[in-house]
Amino acid sequence: MIETFFNVRIMAQAWPIILAGLGNTLLLSLLVVPLGLAGGLALALLSTLRNPWVRWPLIAWVDFFRAFPPLVLLIFLYAGLPFAGLELGGFACVGIAFFLNTGSYYGEVFRAGIESVPAGQIEAARSTGLSRLQALIWIVLPQAIRAVLPDLLSNTLEVVKLTSLASVVALPELLFQARQAQSLTYNPTPIVAAAIVYFLLLWPLVRLLSRLENRAIASRR
Amino acid sequence: MSNWDRFVETFFNAKVLARYWPDIIDGLWVTIGLAAAVVVTGLVAGLALALLRSLGVRVLNWAIIFIVDVFRALPPLVIIVLIYFGLPSLDIVPSGFVSTWASLSLVLMAFSEEIFWAGLTAVPRGQWEASRSTGLGFGQTLLWVVLPQALRITIPPLTNRTIAITKGTALGSVVAVSEILGQASSAVSNSYNPSPLTLGAAAYLVLFIPVVVFGRWVETRFR
Repeated sequence: MIETFFNVRIMAQAWPIILAGLGNTLLLSLLVVPLGLAGGLALALLSTLRNPWVRWPLIAWVDFFRAFPPLVLLIFLYAGLPFAGLELGGFACVGIAFFLNTGSYYGEVFRAGIESVPAGQIEAARSTGLSRLQALIWIVLPQAIRAVLPDLLSNTLEVVKLTSLASVVALPELLFQARQAQSLTYNPTPIVAAAIVYFLLLWPLVRLLSRLENRAIASRR
Repeated sequence: MSNWDRFVETFFNAKVLARYWPDIIDGLWVTIGLAAAVVVTGLVAGLALALLRSLGVRVLNWAIIFIVDVFRALPPLVIIVLIYFGLPSLDIVPSGFVSTWASLSLVLMAFSEEIFWAGLTAVPRGQWEASRSTGLGFGQTLLWVVLPQALRITIPPLTNRTIAITKGTALGSVVAVSEILGQASSAVSNSYNPSPLTLGAAAYLVLFIPVVVFGRWVETRFR
């Protein structure tokens, strides 16, 4: 069993490949997390407009992309669009799919945060002469973000985990590299190694979240 | 042929759709079956772990917390790949369906254990003491007094988490499960036309939009 799943010789052989994968996973996360945050923030700020012509399309947009499994979106972009003469490449497809999918999730989180700030805050800010946008950005948003910080972190954890989907479109991130190493060595050790790397990378965040969420649920009643 | 015609011909090709829609419907049933199996085993296992944890055996609790952390930290696709490509080395050869079901169940187990446990600890101590003083045993108190109150507050986070994890059934296509995405992908490569993917996407929307809207409703209803 040790020979199969924790083979030291193969581990040593596969290590550089896995490490390169880890680097790419981190880079990919550094790209898609800010992209999703920006998209979500834009959606949430737009949803504060009371205009029904803005509000309902936004809700439809968010529900649409939350209902779509991200892998389906990714495959559609990667395998479907080339038939229309639009060959985007794996990297761009991952970027777009993540922007649409995680942006919608972040949007919901930010929206909940903004709605938790009492309306009196905006009125007070407006009465001091701030414009609507200024009031939103400088008064409402800081309070909103503090209120939903656990949800933002939890969503970010999911986004980093989701970067493993990029392996399906052959981006050389951690999982893809591990599978390459596995098929070269005919041994599952590299995949076990990748799993351990993921765990060590994300465990601190999971611990932190578990404490924050416990507190949040306990305070609901 | 105008651009519009070409677009329709490519993504909504009637001939291809007529040929492959039964495959997508087959995939839809596989997706529903897989999702239902994951929801049942994941939630039951999560609740069982949370109840075990309430016994307060220290070593057991550390083990539970560690298992939960592992399956919260690992990407579901990594777990699927590990089970599907790893276990055959032990002469256990799980099918793609079983690998996906087991992986997603473990993930849902981990997330739901956390939520159930948070719900259980949110019930005030006085409830325990009052109920024990009426002569109910530990198990009876847990089952009839504490659990019903705990479940109520866990419903919104549990619903959303369950929905998010059931969407992971699409990951099964990576290990050759013939669910919607798997069926659509193979139909695309057989027909050299992406229309089956359009249909597959529509099938996911039909399946999950009501679920997402339901989740939204639950969140406001139980706030």
